[in-house]
Amino acid sequence: MGVSFAAEKAEAERLRAVFAEAGAQPLDCAIMQSAETLLDLYGEDIRARAYVTHDPNRGEMMLRPDFTVPVVEMHMSDGAEPARYTYAGEVFRRQEEHPERPSEYYQVGYEVFDRGDQAKLDAEVFGLFAEVLKPVNLRPVTGDIGILTAAVAGLQTSQERRDALLRHIWRPRRFRALLDRFSGKTPVPAPRAAMLAQDDPMAKAGPVIGLRSEREIEARIAALRADAAEPPLSRAQVDLIDAVLAVRETCSFALEHLRDIAVDMPALLPALETFERRCDALAARGVDVAELDFEASYGRSSMEYYDGFAFGFVCESRPDLPPVATGGRYDALTRRLGGGQEIPAVGGVIRPGILLEVAR
Amino acid sequence: MTIKLGVPSKGRLMEKTFDWFGARGVKLSRTGSDREYAGAVEGVEGVSLVLLSAGEIPRELAAGRIHLGVTGTDLIREKLVQWDQKVEQLAELGFGQADLIVAVPAAWVDVDSLDDLDGAAAAFRARHGFRMRIATKYHRLVRDYLRMGGVADYQLVDSQGATEGTVKNLTAEAIADITSTGETLRANHLKVLAEEPVLRSQATLFRSRAAKMNDADREALRTLCEMLRV
Repeated sequence: MGVSFAAEKAEAERLRAVFAEAGAQPLDCAIMQSAETLLDLYGEDIRARAYVTHDPNRGEMMLRPDFTVPVVEMHMSDGAEPARYTYAGEVFRRQEEHPERPSEYYQVGYEVFDRGDQAKLDAEVFGLFAEVLKPVNLRPVTGDIGILTAAVAGLQTSQERRDALLRHIWRPRRFRALLDRFSGKTPVPAPRAAMLAQDDPMAKAGPVIGLRSEREIEARIAALRADAAEPPLSRAQVDLIDAVLAVRETCSFALEHLRDIAVDMPALLPALETFERRCDALAARGVDVAELDFEASYGRSSMEYYDGFAFGFVCESRPDLPPVATGGRYDALTRRLGGGQEIPAVGGVIRPGILLEVAR
Repeated sequence: MTIKLGVPSKGRLMEKTFDWFGARGVKLSRTGSDREYAGAVEGVEGVSLVLLSAGEIPRELAAGRIHLGVTGTDLIREKLVQWDQKVEQLAELGFGQADLIVAVPAAWVDVDSLDDLDGAAAAFRARHGFRMRIATKYHRLVRDYLRMGGVADYQLVDSQGATEGTVKNLTAEAIADITSTGETLRANHLKVLAEEPVLRSQATLFRSRAAKMNDADREALRTLCEMLRV
């Protein structure tokens, strides 16, 4: 290490000026954010990664772990459309597993809220990042959560099972465990089998305490009975999901490969059309898509709420460092924070500290 | 300087620790009045006794203010980030056994595994509009455990005591707490999930990796460890 805080700040300001030059409106937001919003969005895991402060008046506040949420909130409450924003400032992350990493560092972002041609907008953000990062030798990698979502939505099984899988797309281990259970690879656990064998499992349940009511317990028992009656997910279907997850090649080959998979899984086709339009838009911006890496699983295990295009720029000679830049599409996030409104959104952040580190 | 040995300042944990050391020829005792936290060590030179709350012993070890300390594995793991780089485990003392477990109402006949807990949490959030609450004071351990288990849609709520009562009082839907016999759980109409516990804990002797020592201290520590056979 050895990039000074002053150098990091100066680099952050330089990058923000570049983004402003590209047409983005500079924005700033508070360091302390409502913990409730972030917890509701990201779940308990965010606590392990963010600093929570306690204030008798304002309750729990969090030192901003990123800018995305406050920027979306600001845009949704009084932003003009379409909008492009840039910001530069510190974010704060606890580093329990990597104490050698800084817990306070700069992020510079570029975010686009626009109802126009989404493929073009994806390409605009990626293309801009590629240009800005060009002086440094980084490997760009792309992915598309939308293809994964389409694959799951296309599975020949019950809606409940598809929903359970969709809910855990961002938790690869859990996702795998569910696939194993739905396909019968993991047997039904003995306690559940015993419970389902009873006519009235609630008969000896004893007093129902707490907020979760008897009706809710019965509803889940009914759901488990329905699931037990469901035929197992076929091996062929699991293989298709595995084939999609394993796609890891350049964009051009990936598209071809996914088209082959779509012969047996036509539900993929709309997502592949999106992918293809994005490739064309990237090519039109001068990105060499024949050389650009695509990984179907990319963006799956990050905390961010990317639900479509996802990208990162990594330094291959420094695997110890986090990516220099990351970004993607987060339409669902605007829906959840928008209070009934929504707008397609795509953007990304650069970490100037890491950029300086790898540039040396 | 002397080697400082931190021992829980009261109750069964203190008495059993004294017995364990006593059986190995090191006599620990409290001195002065019952209310004074001072102690004496006989049978070995250059070691002094520090009586502390069991909950503070991890922090004191990590800071190097005591050289040795007896406390529960649960407290070490909860309170110290990368605990194994800060302390070394010398011996499990064979008492103070307790498991950190996740428990739900016994009436939840549909919930036995983490898989079930996750399914119930998803339905609960959809029905009630907020994440299922799990009351605990072991935030880090429980969060890691539930993340590894792939449980989503839950939140931890802090409970520093009487945790078993939180479900009945409607401040939590489930709990994660230390239990030795499970009687309190049963009395409060709760059952333990049929999974490996979050952690199996017992009273354990730890050595600080940070505490400073001179040659005489090192010699005293070596002698003590020989007597304790650790």
